[in-house]
Amino acid sequence: MILTNWPGNNKTALCITLAVFKKMTDNNTIKLTYREAIKQAIREALQKDDRVFLMGEDVGRYGGAFAATKGLLQEFGPERIMDTPLSESGFVGAGIGAALGGMRPIVEVMTVNFSLLAMDQVVNNAATLLHMSGGQLNVPLVIRMSCGIGRQLAAQHSHSWEPLYAHIAGLKVLSAGTHEDARGMLLTALQDPDPVIIFEYNFLLNKEAEIPANAGAVNITKAKIRREGKDISIITYGAGVYKALDAAKELSILGIDAEVIDLRVLRPLDAATIFNSVKKTHRALLVEEAWSSVNVSSEISARITENIFYDLDAPVQRLGGVEVPVPYPKHLEDASVPQQTDIINKVKKMLQHA
Amino acid sequence: MVEETVIQPVQAIEKDHGSRLLYQMILIRRFEEKSAELYTKEKIRGFLHLYVGEEAVAVGVMQALSAEDNVLCTYREHGHALARGIDAGAIMAEMYGKVEGCSRGRGGSMHLFDAKKNFYGGNAIVGGHLGMAVGMALASKKQKKNNITCCFFGEGAAAEGEFHEAMNLAALWNAPVLFICENNLYAMGTAIRYSHSVVEIEKKGPAYGIETMAVDGMDILAVEKAAKEATGKIRTTGRPFLLVCNTYRFRAHSMFDAELYRNKSEVEEWKKRDPIPVLQQLLLHQNLINQNDIEVINKEVQEEVQKAVDFAETGTWEPVEELTKFVYSEKISEK
Ligand SMILES: Cc1ncc(C[n+]2csc(CCOP(=O)(O)OP(=O)(O)O)c2C)c(N)n1
Repeated sequence: MILTNWPGNNKTALCITLAVFKKMTDNNTIKLTYREAIKQAIREALQKDDRVFLMGEDVGRYGGAFAATKGLLQEFGPERIMDTPLSESGFVGAGIGAALGGMRPIVEVMTVNFSLLAMDQVVNNAATLLHMSGGQLNVPLVIRMSCGIGRQLAAQHSHSWEPLYAHIAGLKVLSAGTHEDARGMLLTALQDPDPVIIFEYNFLLNKEAEIPANAGAVNITKAKIRREGKDISIITYGAGVYKALDAAKELSILGIDAEVIDLRVLRPLDAATIFNSVKKTHRALLVEEAWSSVNVSSEISARITENIFYDLDAPVQRLGGVEVPVPYPKHLEDASVPQQTDIINKVKKMLQHA
Repeated sequence: MVEETVIQPVQAIEKDHGSRLLYQMILIRRFEEKSAELYTKEKIRGFLHLYVGEEAVAVGVMQALSAEDNVLCTYREHGHALARGIDAGAIMAEMYGKVEGCSRGRGGSMHLFDAKKNFYGGNAIVGGHLGMAVGMALASKKQKKNNITCCFFGEGAAAEGEFHEAMNLAALWNAPVLFICENNLYAMGTAIRYSHSVVEIEKKGPAYGIETMAVDGMDILAVEKAAKEATGKIRTTGRPFLLVCNTYRFRAHSMFDAELYRNKSEVEEWKKRDPIPVLQQLLLHQNLINQNDIEVINKEVQEEVQKAVDFAETGTWEPVEELTKFVYSEKISEK
């Protein structure tokens, strides 16, 4: 089963989302879509701090490529909601400059695919200035970009580039895999003195969930256990979170009790949460959509073996994207990234291993 | 409908040629209308960018190109592919994701390729193909081939660094590139006045020492004439040329676009200049075709589109076992 299909409509995932949030919330909750959560966060940021402004392609008059910023231009005006031309390197650079100059820019890169045009600015300026200047310069910039595979957009529009950014020292890299994080990560990121990248997930946009009515800034240093379990730790982020939760639900019918960890923060990694979980379950399956070689899971696997090897009952296993530019036809696209059934089969195999 | 005033043709037109141009534009229009319908039926998925309203540009420019010339396009390239002579069935099969598609189903609507026809995509990163176009032209020059490379892109792309770098390189290296800017006034929802400090794209050529012309992109004969002039110059001087075709996209940017950024009345105004009825009126007025000819064209187009759909429908899915094909070349020369 694929959760990232467009137009997204997956009842199971939605139910789980709801269940997850039901548990965490008191009776004072609101129901909203992921898209609305993003918009509320941006609106609150703009209201709270005059230095904050949003810029990106089609964020204003078009209402956002995915309608997440619809109405904000009318509410805040063109000084604070700036439509940019197609000039990714230019306006990401301008965002860095504006941050240096005392503003708190939110730069939206329409999708992660186009951020490659701005990679030099991110790597050589945003991530580097603090160090190169011997600590004199801060770049308090937030870059948001949508991502995700699974809408049959073919090889140039179906990248999972989180690992690429997670590789860069000097950046903080966040993955907003839930409504709560879409609502809260931006606000905390804007308080940070350093450049923060936030990945948002297109397949979640239309999904509704309940979050506390007073939801706001969230922690951006810790991973989160989305489901507790004792038999195996499934460690994932972004699009993998819902697939893993669905898989865990199916596995529970078979009597397998899987713990699901949403990494949330891809750099710097919260190793403590991962280690504590694996020390408890003694097994780790790492799941992500990005190509398997040199991805986030590679790093986690290495850290587990380096630090808690003797707590393992089975070798760490990974499920990642097949190393092929993502093809257009649905059956091939589905086969190119891990699906719920792949997770289930892998977990079953790993438990037999003991 | 079109006003009765008939435009003055920019050049004398022959009956057969006129009918052929009309046929090609109608083919593109009907093919894309069918594609939109098939999209709602979920036969075609992903992004689908329609060229409706802009047909005169691709068909007009292709008249100036030879089979040896290279063509590079954007993701809005069904029209260019058809005008280049790629089989409609192979294009439709590609949009279905079938093995019989012109890119074996791997690319879909945004990535039509046909190496035999020197048709190099189908490029979906805005501005990404401009540098490649310069390089293909450079290769021709180095090998003393006489062909030129034609590169289509939108006015939105002209804001990217890639555009400026490619213009400079092409001029610096005397690369025989025909840059075709399809200025349809909007880059998704961003009107040209919000994306360019100087909205006359043709003014950007001279800054790089590139000869430039702007033409009414709704008038196929004007486009054809301008393109022939441009290719003539490129072939004699070996220098690049920028041709700006001012046109308009009648439909949404893609299938997910609420069109909040423009008025319906603006679209309706432009539709009065629809290149298809305009050419049709002209040909009728000059007694080059009659109503019966038009009916024949429409019937033939309908058959060609239907044939393409049938071909796509009966096409085959690539086995999942072949997923990792074409990541690396199969034959590596042993040296
Ligand atoms: C580098 C890059 N940035 C953003 C996009 C998203 N996008 C696709 S088409 C488009 C508008 C391009 O406008 P234009 O170049 O004028 O061509 P048109 O679509 O009007 O034919 C945008 C913003 C992209 N594909 N590539």
